Amino acid sequence: MGDRYQRIMSILTETFSPALLELVDESQLHRGHHGHTGRDETHFFVTIASGLFSGQSSVACHRMVNAALKGELDSGLHALRIVVKRD
Amino acid sequence: MTPEEIENKKQEIASDISTNKVMLYMKGNKQAPMCGFSAQVIQILTHLGAEFETKDVLSDEGLRQAIKEFSDWPTIPQLYINGEFIGGCDITTEMFQNGELKTLISS
Repeated sequence: MGDRYQRIMSILTETFSPALLELVDESQLHRGHHGHTGRDETHFFVTIASGLFSGQSSVACHRMVNAALKGELDSGLHALRIVVKRD
Repeated sequence: MTPEEIENKKQEIASDISTNKVMLYMKGNKQAPMCGFSAQVIQILTHLGAEFETKDVLSDEGLRQAIKEFSDWPTIPQLYINGEFIGGCDITTEMFQNGELKTLISS
């Protein structure tokens, strides 16, 4: 796994103490578009469950994840698919 | 891009989302989406028979910056219905699957 993968995992783990956290590097699926090589850790898919999301709207949960990963989004993380699991 | 230009774009966005019941900021256009996520939202809206307008952020760098700040949302596409921010591709898909999107569009 690449550096960004490891950073995202540790940021999300520290921020949300998730009960479930799955991260998939989907960059390969986007090879070729906008010059992406498929090996550049630009597209990720995260599935996350955390007590911090309970009672929050989908938009609010996504904002929390995006905010936690702002540094990554500002430094080359191009797309982030997010699925938030709530009870 | 000057702060004034970005500010003007934000006013344009405010006007677009109040004029159009369903407004989508995307990459490319309805006929030729330039990104899989934008294409998916177009497919959903079309499937629901929604009337909607789109704007292409790839052909307008100022708009691309402005919409991210306006919505406080880092990625494209971005969907607005009845002047309210709905979300990106993931939330639109989730709301399509649970029926909420259809209800909103027909309201």
